[in-house]
Amino acid sequence: MLTDPREQARLAGTRLHHFHGGLRLRHNKKISCTLPIERCAMPERFYVPLLQHIGQEAEPLVTPGQRVLKGEVLGFFEHLGSGHVHAPTSGTVSGIGLHPISHPSGTQGRCVILEPDGLDRWTERNPVADWRATEPEELRRIIRGAGIVGLGGAVFPTGFKVHEASRRGIHTLILNGAECEPYISCDEMLMRELPESIILGAQILQRAVGAERTVIAIEDQMGAVQQALQAALRAAEAEHIDIVKVTTIYPEGGEKQLIQVLTGLEVPSGGRPTDLGLLCQNVATATAVARAVVEGKPLVERIVTVTGNGVRRPRNLLAAIGTPISDLVRQSGGYTEHAARLVLGGPMMGYPLNSDANPVIKAANCILVLSSEDVRAPQPEMPCIRCGECARVCPAMLQPQQLHWTVQHGLWEETVAAGLPDCIECGCCAFVCPSHIPLVDWYRHGKAELRRLAAEHAAADAARRRFEAREARLARLEAERRQRMEEKKRGLRSKHAQQERIAAAVQRARARRDGES
Amino acid sequence: MFAAVLSFTILSILFGLGLGWSARRFRVDSDPVVDQIDAILPQTQCGQCNYPGCRPYAEAIAAGDAPINQCPPGGEAGIRALADLLGVEALPLNPENGLEKPRTVAIIDEAACIGCTLCIQACPVDAILGAPKLMHTVIAAECTGCDLCLPPCPVDCIEMVPAEPTAGSWARPQPGHETARPLIGWSADLPPGAT
Repeated sequence: MLTDPREQARLAGTRLHHFHGGLRLRHNKKISCTLPIERCAMPERFYVPLLQHIGQEAEPLVTPGQRVLKGEVLGFFEHLGSGHVHAPTSGTVSGIGLHPISHPSGTQGRCVILEPDGLDRWTERNPVADWRATEPEELRRIIRGAGIVGLGGAVFPTGFKVHEASRRGIHTLILNGAECEPYISCDEMLMRELPESIILGAQILQRAVGAERTVIAIEDQMGAVQQALQAALRAAEAEHIDIVKVTTIYPEGGEKQLIQVLTGLEVPSGGRPTDLGLLCQNVATATAVARAVVEGKPLVERIVTVTGNGVRRPRNLLAAIGTPISDLVRQSGGYTEHAARLVLGGPMMGYPLNSDANPVIKAANCILVLSSEDVRAPQPEMPCIRCGECARVCPAMLQPQQLHWTVQHGLWEETVAAGLPDCIECGCCAFVCPSHIPLVDWYRHGKAELRRLAAEHAAADAARRRFEAREARLARLEAERRQRMEEKKRGLRSKHAQQERIAAAVQRARARRDGES
Repeated sequence: MFAAVLSFTILSILFGLGLGWSARRFRVDSDPVVDQIDAILPQTQCGQCNYPGCRPYAEAIAAGDAPINQCPPGGEAGIRALADLLGVEALPLNPENGLEKPRTVAIIDEAACIGCTLCIQACPVDAILGAPKLMHTVIAAECTGCDLCLPPCPVDCIEMVPAEPTAGSWARPQPGHETARPLIGWSADLPPGAT
């Protein structure tokens, strides 16, 4: 059947499809779903990192000693449009300094250190009275200013995504509630407890990007979620919103995999879902959009799952950005005797943290405390035996063993040709590898090297341009100087000019004498 | 006989005209090999290769006047890329030209700067900003770390510092080369249940 993929994508969710590979993993979500979501207590001090997204740090707009109100902009980030960092509460900025920032590098970064005054007073907010009557452009402007990023973990600026979507024109909005990674339950609890905010966010996003309908994708193991969302749908009398249950296979919550399940189409390599007329957003992002538009609140808090066999009372907490992780663990009953490792994110894609003094960031969907039994002793890495298990489970249909080979040997052109940029770093290949090769670590290293090489090339090109511009300028100045000299020489040589100059001197002398007499 | 001579004469005139026209029409302004070599060179413009910039060195390599191992900032990787491009054997870096070292950035001690503009004149990429008798400063993002501003400075107020890695520019190392991570780093106020 030869039809336009954009048209075919309109049928998203009407029939379910499959993606290649994937794993069925033990869920481990129930342990953190027994307690309701609770607000995390106000910490003594907030550490708000200025780097919360891909790229460079936000530019700090506050100075030490300054008093700020909740929701004021602390850091300004223009690139891609919406990475502003806002004050999580009211209080005094006690400094801007280096602090661990919950980054895979484990290095420190600049943080705004905020001493709360305990009042939690909001800055002046400008909620829109009726979002249904607000221009889509105005809605997109609000989303951009609220510092909203994708809360599923990729932290891509939502402002940029909706801008692109409205520019390219999309027909279907997909809300991603398929939280496929084990242990993480923040989206599930959000959909259970605040379904109306998700429906509202879906309606606003739909209007902001001009989509015709919305598909909310949830996993088939989330029983109570569907009822909650259905009830909220009926209450809101929202139209053109469908709730679709998808089979639980890791990594189904990946944007590209979810789109493949819903439409049967692959997002082209190097392309975006907008190529198919789709926009994919996490359900928590939709809630943040609803907050920003209807209540005028920027993104200053998120739901974080605190779970694992290393905490006493696993649960979900509503935590302000910048709260030290130790505060969240304390509110979850503290560590058990067997707590051994702290991970930010899930067991498949998360990264270990050096310390629980690290702050909660916008990307922090889960704080996983593994017990000593969960942490496998590092297995000795064996050579690749080319068994092909990794290729069987790869959801991006790559050849992981080939990628490993090219990255290991620094064959960067071949690596790109083998599809490294299409790797979603889900970790399935490393999970099944019988030789215990840390494949994903290699791919992340490879991607970082590709980025570094590209940056070096860009810097070299800039230096070349500046060098050539300077050479051209020096040559021009030299030519001008020569020309002036030449003219001067010619002037000195010519009889006529000499006589003129003598006449002028005589004239001047005469004028002076007349003036004196 | 005559017809043959005539036809060949006409043909050769036609081909000659055709070749002459295409030589003008499709003339390549610069040597493409020079451009390819120049694209591999790091554009530090430091002159350590004994040529006044990367482009002149590229021209010398293309003309066969210079070996490929005279560029310390490009390092072994650069030499390998040049060897691949030109189909010659890779040579070890010539130590007479300098040693490969991590990238640095110039920093001017602004309190000590007397505003003599000598460094501005020495900078090959116009990365130093200032005016006579006024303080100078380095545009760090444009600095290639070539060291050329150091010798002319009369008060030695310029220092080369390593380009500092930030979390934003951090590149993940090869697996197995990361710094070892401790298990949970416990905060002081929350004593661990286990050791």
